[in-house]
Amino acid sequence: MRDPKWLKWVRIIGLGLLGLFTVTPIYVMITSSIKPLKDVQGDFHWIPTTITFSAFHDMWSTVPLAHYFVNSLIVSTIASVVSVVVAIFAAYAVSRFRFAGRRAFSITVLSTQMFPGILFLLPLFLIYVNLGSAIGVDLYASRTGLIITYLTFSLPFSIWMLVGYFDSIPVALDEAAKVDGSGPIGALIRVVIPAATPGIIAVLIYAFMSAWGEVLFASVMTDEASRTLAVGLQGYATQNNVYWNQIMAASLVVSIPVVAGFLLLQRYLVQGLTAGAVK
Amino acid sequence: MLTRKPYVFAVAGALMLAAAACGSSDSSTSGSAAAPASITYWASNQGTSLESDKQILQPELDRFTKETGIKVNLEVVPWSDLLNRILAAATSGKGPDVVNIGNTWSASLQATGAFVPLDDTQLNALGGKARFLGPSLAATGAPGQPPVGAPLYSTAYALYYNKHMFKDAGIADPPKTWDELVADGKKLTKDGKWGLAVEGASVSENAHMIFTLGQQHGGDLFDSSGKSQFDSPANVAAVKQYLDFIATDKITNPSDAAYSNGTEALQDFIGGKAAMVMWQSASGTLKTGGMTPDDYGVAPIPLPDPSSGGKQVDSMVGGINISVFDSAANKDGALKFVKFMTSKQTQQDLNKAYGSLPTVTDAYDDPAFQTPEIKTYQQILANTAAPLPQVANESQFETLVGNAMNQLFADAASGKPITDESVKAKLTEANQQMAG
Amino acid sequence: MVVSATSRPGGGRGSGDPGRPPPPSGGRKGRIIPRLPVRLRRLGLPYLLILPALLLELLVHLIPMVIGIGMSFIKLTQLYIRNWSAAPSAGWSNYHLAVDFNAPVGRALLHSFLVTVAFTLITVALSWFFGMAGAVLMQGEFRGRGVLRALFLVPYALPVYAGVITWSFLLQRDSGLVNHVLVDQLHLFGDKPFWLIGQNSFASIVVVSLWRWWPFAFLVLMAGLQNIPRDLYEASAIDGAGWMRQLRSVTLPMLRPVNQVLVLVLFLWTFNDFNTPYVLFGKTAPQEADLISIHIYQSSFVTWNFGTGSAMSVLLLLFLLLVTAIYLLITSRRRSDA
Repeated sequence: MRDPKWLKWVRIIGLGLLGLFTVTPIYVMITSSIKPLKDVQGDFHWIPTTITFSAFHDMWSTVPLAHYFVNSLIVSTIASVVSVVVAIFAAYAVSRFRFAGRRAFSITVLSTQMFPGILFLLPLFLIYVNLGSAIGVDLYASRTGLIITYLTFSLPFSIWMLVGYFDSIPVALDEAAKVDGSGPIGALIRVVIPAATPGIIAVLIYAFMSAWGEVLFASVMTDEASRTLAVGLQGYATQNNVYWNQIMAASLVVSIPVVAGFLLLQRYLVQGLTAGAVK
Repeated sequence: MLTRKPYVFAVAGALMLAAAACGSSDSSTSGSAAAPASITYWASNQGTSLESDKQILQPELDRFTKETGIKVNLEVVPWSDLLNRILAAATSGKGPDVVNIGNTWSASLQATGAFVPLDDTQLNALGGKARFLGPSLAATGAPGQPPVGAPLYSTAYALYYNKHMFKDAGIADPPKTWDELVADGKKLTKDGKWGLAVEGASVSENAHMIFTLGQQHGGDLFDSSGKSQFDSPANVAAVKQYLDFIATDKITNPSDAAYSNGTEALQDFIGGKAAMVMWQSASGTLKTGGMTPDDYGVAPIPLPDPSSGGKQVDSMVGGINISVFDSAANKDGALKFVKFMTSKQTQQDLNKAYGSLPTVTDAYDDPAFQTPEIKTYQQILANTAAPLPQVANESQFETLVGNAMNQLFADAASGKPITDESVKAKLTEANQQMAG
Repeated sequence: MVVSATSRPGGGRGSGDPGRPPPPSGGRKGRIIPRLPVRLRRLGLPYLLILPALLLELLVHLIPMVIGIGMSFIKLTQLYIRNWSAAPSAGWSNYHLAVDFNAPVGRALLHSFLVTVAFTLITVALSWFFGMAGAVLMQGEFRGRGVLRALFLVPYALPVYAGVITWSFLLQRDSGLVNHVLVDQLHLFGDKPFWLIGQNSFASIVVVSLWRWWPFAFLVLMAGLQNIPRDLYEASAIDGAGWMRQLRSVTLPMLRPVNQVLVLVLFLWTFNDFNTPYVLFGKTAPQEADLISIHIYQSSFVTWNFGTGSAMSVLLLLFLLLVTAIYLLITSRRRSDA
């Protein structure tokens, strides 16, 4: 595909504008994290007049940032990985098998996306408290409860997307694998998953990020020990003052591993796969 | 061919592993009755940060443990979460033993039945009703019912003014009447600085001010039968008076209409952008911000002319109460803790650290509470402060009236004319939304 | 880190031991499990595959939902929160209150609903457009591609609270960047406008939501574009199709399944979005940007009127069900035509 000449300019302008839109708040975050608090609350200047790194030092003590970060990391990682695994199985079933109740299952899963969170916040909380005392595992105010909640939240969209990706992988590929002697699960592992890798990566990223940033349920279902970053960052807005510079500094620092993870994974997003092409 | 089961086991196993790994490292909420007794305490954020609150409270908690042998599991809960967590605890029966609550929540929480009412015996154990400041004790629940908590910290509104800015503008004393305040404000509003800062988009600040000003205009928010009357002429006049600071008097920065997080107006005052602010017990924050009693002064908020028929009220009774959950695992320990927290030594230590006022009369003999600022507050609390209506739907009133005020402030700031009719219309709408 | 290696990306490990040929019975593990008749195994397989998902959905979504719906039929206020069974039945009164458009509560709810519809349509359309533009323009090799792609995903990587709080910072009237640029530097307005209260607050919430959601659309569409076989483009090039024609006749049709899901999901999530307006505006939103999730939160959690809040949430749910049903009807009809 030869790109037309004008595409180059459209590309520069289009991507340039998108880049500017994306980057401006990030720039403000970075400069605010190195300005003293007074400057941050005062009139805005593009270039900081005074530079200080005190925010990066104070932020660990104003709020137990390291602890919240570890909680978020554990909760988001486990929730996203388990969610993707469960979703792969379910999506494979929906995509490759015509079973009774298939439609009902799809519709049920889809319909959960419409539930306003507020509606089931209180009931879910009650279920966790009662179920937790019944089976002896702390579900309320624990990371476990959050993990189960988040992995379920990202399930419908993950299943749905994966069904779409799996559907676009021709069944002929499955057949080819079966001819070689694997069962349906073998076909799943050997052929379908590798072919759907970009979709799986996208869904993994989505599941991780939706757990990483969820606020409403985290604020009700956690206590000090299990609190995540999403809610914990609010601790910088205290009774007396909002420590803007520390919020920005903390956000930048906790995002570095996440962004690094993205950079590693995006390789798979653009892997030129020929999986879709059956020769 | 049969390869499906291992995968299912693997997933189930992963879930259980995850549950076990993560569940075991979490702390449980209530103390057990066996072995070393303990209680769980949720403190509110009173200081400059959650961590500094822990540091202030820990020595007191250690002293309690030494005296009684009961260990205290402390958690400092940010205000953004506190009501949600209390709600969750009240609903499920699983929560702490003791908790701090904002005293304006008392009547609402009392109606849930989730808290232990303190009957006369228990109050006597705390030293008797007379030991507590009258207004503070009145803000612990609906009148005629036993209180659902003991007052812990007391605050009230006062007028803070910047001594340097006043001197520069040639004003000798803080204003004593509203006319004086507006006149002073006009003199102080120049060169990008403003006379008065208000937290215009904060629902609670607005609700508090409207209550106070409404009282001054001779009106009540609820009539004698308990029905709301937000749009009575007195309340309309009160709201209009408050809005006029931006709308007609122009002594307040229109940007203040967007101040919503409960810190901005005071920060403007600290930064010298505004010369006056009406705030609750701000000395702790002012000190952290670098202001000393040489820089700022404290005066009572202006009172109305006695002949106008309004009440001599210039502040609502602010404060924090300490309450015991009815579902507490260790009620005895919790009540002992309440006694400890309202004891003289603890009251003095904590209120000194937080800049608030002790709620017990015998704590005032400490020289730290003899400063002019504290004495001003004492006067206000004793004579001219009134508690917000202690009704079960207090939070609904705060939300509806506060929201109406937010919108009116936005109108005022964008230059829309503020008339009695437009104010009344908004308040009537709020009034109609109060469910019975 | 957990579970089977099969879910790991990058194909290699998932194909089984490279050094061992697959046994004739199809997988080593087949020998461990007792064999059932092939037919039963085949029939039962899909159900077993969907079982974990179904159980989780039941526990976390479906059963709480049913309880929530039940809540809307009782007068659940602070008086009964400890003992729900004691709460008096409200019958349909919670619903009556919500839909009585002549009364203030109903009127406010309707207003909030309309604001949310407008907000959602605009945000989804723009997010999709930006995502599409970004994904399409990123195809092909050019310098700085990797950096740009990583950059576009950064808003998505930032904690929600931080990103939105930064925007509320940018939009401050006196000290924000937006007014600094518009008024102090570009002199577009005389007086500094408000962005977080008043009429402009609607534009603000759209822009902030767009900033948060478009990277997600970009991510999904990028992955979707990867799955379009190269030879389709080559074939159309041989037929003489230019770049635009290829976009219309190859890219968009091939992306249809992905777009179908993406647009619907974006609509549902944006409609229900609680975090963005909550962090941007605080607990109470200005009237012009009174999104329905915040509105219901105000009517229930903050005022302890859980019965009313549940009724409003159920109505919201019914509306979204309707929209989804209509959407699916239209899109699947088109698919069967195509």
